[in-house]
Amino acid sequence: MEYLRDINEAKIEKRMELRRKFSRLMLIIPVVILALLILSAIFAPLLAPYSPTEIAMTERLQPPSFLKGGSPKHFLGTDSLGRDVFSRIIYGARISLSFSLIVIFITGTVGTILGIISGYFGGRLDSFIMRFTDVALSIPAILIAIILAVGLGPSFKTIVIASSILGWSGYARVIRGEAMRLREVDFVAQARIIGSSRMRIMIKHIFPNVINPLIIIATMMVGLMIIIEATLSYLGAGIPPPNPSWGAMVNDGRNYLETAWWISFFPGFCIGLVVLSCNYLGDWIRDKLDPRLRRL
Amino acid sequence: MADILLEGRNLTMLYPVRRGLFQGLIGMVRAVDNVSFSIERGKTLSLVGESGAGKTTTAKSVLLLERATSGSVYFEGKDIYQYNKDQLKREYRPRVQAVQQNPWSSMNPRMRVKDIVAEPLVVNAKQSKKENYDRVVELLDQVGLKAEHAEHFPHEFSGGQRQRIAVARALALNPSLVVLDEPVSALDVSIRAQIMNLLKDLQEAHNLSYLVIAHNLATVRYMSHGVAIMYLGQIVEYGDTEDLFENPLHPYTNALISASDLKLPEDRDQNEKEIILSGEMPSPLNPPTGCRFHTRCPEARPECSKIEPEMVTVGKHQVKCHKFV
Repeated sequence: MEYLRDINEAKIEKRMELRRKFSRLMLIIPVVILALLILSAIFAPLLAPYSPTEIAMTERLQPPSFLKGGSPKHFLGTDSLGRDVFSRIIYGARISLSFSLIVIFITGTVGTILGIISGYFGGRLDSFIMRFTDVALSIPAILIAIILAVGLGPSFKTIVIASSILGWSGYARVIRGEAMRLREVDFVAQARIIGSSRMRIMIKHIFPNVINPLIIIATMMVGLMIIIEATLSYLGAGIPPPNPSWGAMVNDGRNYLETAWWISFFPGFCIGLVVLSCNYLGDWIRDKLDPRLRRL
Repeated sequence: MADILLEGRNLTMLYPVRRGLFQGLIGMVRAVDNVSFSIERGKTLSLVGESGAGKTTTAKSVLLLERATSGSVYFEGKDIYQYNKDQLKREYRPRVQAVQQNPWSSMNPRMRVKDIVAEPLVVNAKQSKKENYDRVVELLDQVGLKAEHAEHFPHEFSGGQRQRIAVARALALNPSLVVLDEPVSALDVSIRAQIMNLLKDLQEAHNLSYLVIAHNLATVRYMSHGVAIMYLGQIVEYGDTEDLFENPLHPYTNALISASDLKLPEDRDQNEKEIILSGEMPSPLNPPTGCRFHTRCPEARPECSKIEPEMVTVGKHQVKCHKFV
């Protein structure tokens, strides 16, 4: 039996090593992808070979340089107006990423605060906040966006306000449920026995324990926000047309999917990459913040 | 006159029950009904009964997690239900602490042991971090844990160790009274004795009073000086531990002792039969008239279902049964 144990230990050790490597890779890849995208967004004027809005009708619908018939001048090809897709993606990252991060930050903060207050206090305050949330959930964001676009004029600020004004409701719903559950848990009763104030209980005991669902929702929202931005821009509430954003680019290429798929594909691919990277990163952050999972 | 630390006087707790579309009031649950008890300084009182008997609710009214509908709690002779928020925080809360039943849920999983044990200090006593930490180490030592345990998270400990941490936290503020809600029932049998001994040692060292909530009679007999047997929100028998166990009067107490493992089968008298109660405890929403125990009482008489018995003093303890009126 002794020799059997030795073999297994060696095997297990090897497996563990592989596993550790793999899990490190699962962190490094998304971090690198997000870092590259964010950096290229920041340094867009230095990186982009062309202006994102410069129209060159003579060079329209050129395939990417690595495909047959592609011109070496345009790495990812050109769109229907002859604009360089690669440059537009780099500039588009600015709008798409900053929009989704800003909106997630605002809605996540507001939704978490309202959710915790609603779930912890319960009673009338809870009913009031939740009815308010129901209303927010039922109004289409597009309607608000269009109204705001009329009132404020279409701009980046308009779509941020339009998405934030209702977007907190999803967070509030989930966080409120968690807070209600936590309110009944023994350690919260213990905190009251000790003499903790409500404020302290909400910050020290409820908030750290709702981080898991919060991270999950927030990471899932990244992709959704990019798409919402595209929709709003398409409807004319967001960034006016010549300026690139990923969602708007996917939209632009719709009519050319059969002949010039690269117009829609590459920005769509970037959206997918960001969403996937955020999901993995979110999982990792969640595990890091949870002491029960930290050692695994 | 005994040195009474805490006294519950005529505590009653009612919970409204609402049903249906319009949330109409369909009745009141009498979770605790006119319960009075007192705890002497440095002594232990146990509340014993089946689940649903109102033990925990009584403890909640003492810990002010919920306020009694009527009646009051007197601490060192003062009615704490008259205290304002500020007085409670200064004069009452820090002096009455608790250890809960389930050591797996009584600690925030995201806090380290040092923060868990230090929390009462952070909330109540304004001291430096260093002072708090020194106190934590001292407390961990008192409950038989090591200083290095302070850096760990609760999930890294066994149930027994967690309960020690919970005891350390309860002692942080040097309380006068500790409410122990089933302090050992969630633990392995093998470590129950350790925790009970620890609690007894700490009681002697700090002159602590305990209010123990339990259903295990062996635990109760070992730990307490006084016992109150509860049934359906009322105290049915109340007295000194030894006296009550040696000479149980109420039929319910007899049934509990008979069903417990305090007596081994070979110790029983030949003619002594095991008393097994039939049925479930009736709903507290609609308690039986007269004596609440009459529906299950082996010795019930006609008057039991009509007239509620008064609490009477028999010998050294009090009992609520028509047999002794």
